Amino acid sequence: MKLGVLFSGGKDSVFATYRAMQKNQVACLITLISQNPDSYMFHTPNIHRTNLQAEAVGIPLLCRPTLGEKEKELEDLAAAIKGARDEYGIQGVVTGAIESVYQAVRTQRICQALDLWCFNPLWQINQVDYLRQLLLEGFQVIITGVFAYPFDDSWLGEELTAECICRLEELWKKYKVSPSGEGGELETMVLDGPIFQKRLEILRSSKSYCNYRGRLFIEEMRLVDK
Amino acid sequence: MILLVDLCYEKESLSMYEFVHPIADILMHSGFSIEIRHYSELARHMPEKYDKIILCGTALKDNYYAKQISSFSWIKCCRTPLLGICAGMQVIGSVFGGRIVPQQAIGLETIEIIRESALLGEPRTIEGYHLHNFGVTVPDDFLLLAGYDEHVEAFKHKNLSIYGIIFHPEVRNRWILDRFANL
Repeated sequence: MKLGVLFSGGKDSVFATYRAMQKNQVACLITLISQNPDSYMFHTPNIHRTNLQAEAVGIPLLCRPTLGEKEKELEDLAAAIKGARDEYGIQGVVTGAIESVYQAVRTQRICQALDLWCFNPLWQINQVDYLRQLLLEGFQVIITGVFAYPFDDSWLGEELTAECICRLEELWKKYKVSPSGEGGELETMVLDGPIFQKRLEILRSSKSYCNYRGRLFIEEMRLVDK
Repeated sequence: MILLVDLCYEKESLSMYEFVHPIADILMHSGFSIEIRHYSELARHMPEKYDKIILCGTALKDNYYAKQISSFSWIKCCRTPLLGICAGMQVIGSVFGGRIVPQQAIGLETIEIIRESALLGEPRTIEGYHLHNFGVTVPDDFLLLAGYDEHVEAFKHKNLSIYGIIFHPEVRNRWILDRFANL
């Protein structure tokens, strides 16, 4: 089955791509570039860097813009998926949804309307076990956005390590912060992994942070041979 | 040991992560041992060595199981407590003489529990996650537990511990899996 993956470049969509590639053919990655930094549906920090990630994994990328207005952005998503169906012949869509019924239901309805399969291979996964699995499988993940108390700016740019996962687990127990950022508390970017033919290297970046909301802006990066 | 039966379109499919693994994780987290088998592996063998059996759901577009109902004929002789989730409920209903009928639901919906049972407890309303294009009618030997005749949410065999629910308990209703495992 030829599949298209809704791809933000964060850990969830990259790991969903990884699982899809183990079972089926991933014909394309689909990225919605939202102009709304608080989009309900789409990951936004450094979203324009998915082109380098797609090149690193060797899969074509279909990029579409969206204003990111609630519900209207779903029409843009549907148009992008339809574009992937027409251009790459995909028969199904893969998402990295874990807990969000909001995102899952809307994607399911779009796929249903377009007569496509819908796969959510991370659905309801134990989040701490999943973070550990990312490390075990060799993914290099950094935190590119924090959007909740008690995250300070030291988290921005931090690499996901065993020690980092322990701290996230403690925050989950103490503050009920979703360890994988499923509630929008965290955004991540994947720089390397088992499906990457080349790894990504950040050459220049900057931070913006205020009141427990911060972003790491990747200003320059390149692909490096592994 | 609880047997989880994978009803997806093929063994070890991408859908397995979505419809079988979450059930397995919940039960293992509650301390139960589980074993997973694709339905095609059980076609001619009565799964006898298990304490409970759960027939898991499938993707919205995956209705292959409905063309393979004869593969589930073992259910009629099964005396092990059995729970069918979504596609699994449709299979149970069909094996016992109910009809699989077009009926779409995607997302959270209110479920009215109308009859007290060991699985769902006393009558009340709950919210459940639905993901199906088909439902099933209540077979003759079954009682409606939740929903109504035109949209059956849950049923139970009159004399046996055989249950079906059309919604997915792994979302918002994990307690149902614990209750079934502890029956």
